[in-house]
Amino acid sequence: MPNVEIDGISFDAPEGWTILEAARFLGLNIPTLCYREGLTHWGGCRLCIVEIRIGDRTKFVTSCTCPVEEDLVVRTATPRVVEMRKMILELLIAQCPTSKVLQDMAASVGLEKVRFKPKWEQCIFCGLCVRMCDEQMMAKAIGFVNRGNRLQITTPFDATSDECRRCGGCIYICPACTLRCEGAAPAEVLCGRCANSLQPTCLEDYENFSCWMGLKGECGTCVKPVHEDKQEENS
Amino acid sequence: MNIGEFEGLARGLIERREAAKNVCITVCSGTGCRACGGEEVVRAFAAELENLGLTGTVELRDTGCHGFCERGPIVVILPEGIFYQRVTVDAVPEIIEQTVRHGKLIERLLYEDPQSKEKVVYEKDVPFYKRQHRLVLANNLLIDPTSIEDYISIGGYQSLVKALAMQPEEIIEIIKRSGLRGRGGAGFPTGRKWEHCRRAKGTIKYVICNGDEGDPGAYMDRSVMEGNPHSVIEGMIIGAYAIGANEGWIYVRNEYPLAVKHLTRAVEQARELGILAGSVLGLDFPFDVRIAKGAGAFVCGEGTALIASIEGKIGVPRQRPPRTTQQGLFGKPTNMNNVETWANVPLIIDKGAEWFSSIGTETSKGTKIFSLVGKVQNTGLVEVPMGATLAQIVYDIGGGAPNGRDVKAIQIGGPSGGCLPKELFYLPIDYDSLVEAGAMMGSGGLIVMDEDTCMVDVARYFSNFLQEESCGKCVTCREGTQRMYEILTDITEGRGKEEDLDLLEELGATVRDASLCGLGQTAPNPVLSTMRYFRGEYLAHITEKRCPAGVCRALTAYRIDPDRCTGCMLCKKQCPQQAIEGERKKPHTIVQDACIRCRICFDVCKVGAVMKTGVEVVHA
Repeated sequence: MPNVEIDGISFDAPEGWTILEAARFLGLNIPTLCYREGLTHWGGCRLCIVEIRIGDRTKFVTSCTCPVEEDLVVRTATPRVVEMRKMILELLIAQCPTSKVLQDMAASVGLEKVRFKPKWEQCIFCGLCVRMCDEQMMAKAIGFVNRGNRLQITTPFDATSDECRRCGGCIYICPACTLRCEGAAPAEVLCGRCANSLQPTCLEDYENFSCWMGLKGECGTCVKPVHEDKQEENS
Repeated sequence: MNIGEFEGLARGLIERREAAKNVCITVCSGTGCRACGGEEVVRAFAAELENLGLTGTVELRDTGCHGFCERGPIVVILPEGIFYQRVTVDAVPEIIEQTVRHGKLIERLLYEDPQSKEKVVYEKDVPFYKRQHRLVLANNLLIDPTSIEDYISIGGYQSLVKALAMQPEEIIEIIKRSGLRGRGGAGFPTGRKWEHCRRAKGTIKYVICNGDEGDPGAYMDRSVMEGNPHSVIEGMIIGAYAIGANEGWIYVRNEYPLAVKHLTRAVEQARELGILAGSVLGLDFPFDVRIAKGAGAFVCGEGTALIASIEGKIGVPRQRPPRTTQQGLFGKPTNMNNVETWANVPLIIDKGAEWFSSIGTETSKGTKIFSLVGKVQNTGLVEVPMGATLAQIVYDIGGGAPNGRDVKAIQIGGPSGGCLPKELFYLPIDYDSLVEAGAMMGSGGLIVMDEDTCMVDVARYFSNFLQEESCGKCVTCREGTQRMYEILTDITEGRGKEEDLDLLEELGATVRDASLCGLGQTAPNPVLSTMRYFRGEYLAHITEKRCPAGVCRALTAYRIDPDRCTGCMLCKKQCPQQAIEGERKKPHTIVQDACIRCRICFDVCKVGAVMKTGVEVVHA
């Protein structure tokens, strides 16, 4: 078992563990977004970045993908790491300002101002839905298309996919679309989403609303019914 | 074919070449010369020789790229080495009649030195070549890349024979001692990489040749693959033998059709001779090479993305460790080197580690090929020893900027490299000093910029390239490059704020440190290096709303100097907006509200009366 030192704690981590697993075992909090137990480690969101030292060099790696090795020294929250996490969240929030998950994370690192123009996009390309679809649902119905500023997650040729069983796994796991914050509600309205207990509702309403698979990139349908219910309650 | 048979064949071919007394017309058939009509010239030569019944006595050879692409199509007549440039089909009969038959020179086809205005007769005396030190490119001029016999006749595959007689560890030791470092840009010691791969556990191992050269304006790997494909294959076989691999892949961009064709041909020829496939030269060492064609994603030049692409997956990098030498192609230990690195291997085995390490600097050995392009007189491929200074390349070999302009900066290392100002041209080119200066060796693109280049616009151009070519996997690279482009666009269009510079710096540092692969880690280099060396230009854009080079359209206005204007009416006639007023022989003026800043008046004015100024100046 390789001995590692994480934030000053010496620890014999089982062979094959990642830094993130070891740190979480020790009760240390490293924020993650694109990491989920049971899915392959992707290392795309960069939020779980930590500083490691091997010999006399230090470098930044994503803890979710970096395996532990003998004599590894890890710092999970050096000033530089915290600073970079803030910048990463600033980039993410500017991309998808309505995500409740991102807003909570931003609040937790003390990000208060976003200096980039909001893009109001729906997807942050964390790839969770792609891995969910492939690895847990064995469907491989969706995947990444294009690259760079034209990157998309969609079905092949944007067509309704025969591979897709409409299981909703992608919606279930999406950190950007399941909980959508639309700003502060009037005092008498309880949106309730901050309680984090909201389940995606579009599953039973699927036939009525159709998922984004059918309506090219028109995500967000899952929160629509909730919204309407609420309006009825209020009216 | 076993080693003995091969040596017999090689001896025959070498002797035949040495004994050949015939005149040989070599025509450069690299992509550059082909684009200027090189193929037609070859055909014209063939037809003309046929007509005159000279086919048996005069040899015609279309070779690989000579490197002086600026002057293509290039024809060199051996054995003397008479150098003709910009040869057209019409000149072909004249060359055969005058030069080949009667040994007379054709003045107008000779190269004229722009500085001394003297005509140069022989290829070796052309200043562009004279100051280079050619190792890897040297054989491009001598052989027909589609003929394995040509390659063998200049000593090709002899290094392989030599290497096969050694122990694999011995070969690795030689490469380590030679100090060869990866030519792809990062400069990892090749010998150490081979050693890691050899020591990695597993019986199946791979070697890969990375020919995915995606930098805009850089084409040295293409020239090697097109002009001397067997040297790459020979290097790969030696490497595979040293590492213990039995399968090799060459990953080449499909945008290089000629390279694909020549490599495919070379692999087939090597198989026919028994150098590849079943067993290499009859030994108990099976090795074969396959060619994978890339589809043009810049990111696929990154090792792990390239491997994913060969495996048939989407070309995105993965986090290292594990290194590719432990877990690479199909999960097996894989050794990947750049085209130029592989092409250096046979040279080192042939001439020895000491010879190789005597060239270059303390930490960077051997030579490096650069593609010298941009605002420079002699564009083309330049091979210089490591440690040559930028000034030597730009001024001595490149001849400085054309039209008497002054060189301002050089962009080195492609989109991931940096811009260095002319004050730093004394810097020796080696891996370490360039990184220190905020640039990097990269694969070897050199873009020269003169006074008319706006550095903010350059940074914006490269950010645009990168935001399109980032694979999009990691947030910092995907979003970071897009945001850098957005901010730089704002600055060039006059919406820049002073805080933007701090934001760019902060963002750049995060993208550099937090990105997954080499593309992201070096993506901020163009922005950070221009900000470091040309901050004044950024400030002029932001605070004075002025583009000093007069490139950014939104920040540039044109004004006519009444003292210089002769009233020739030329600009008035050419102006598409009729925005110029004035009578004949009286100074003209530009109506600013009608002007669309198309720059035509500036370009046509013969007396230099049209001047670029800041927008606010003309409106004040």
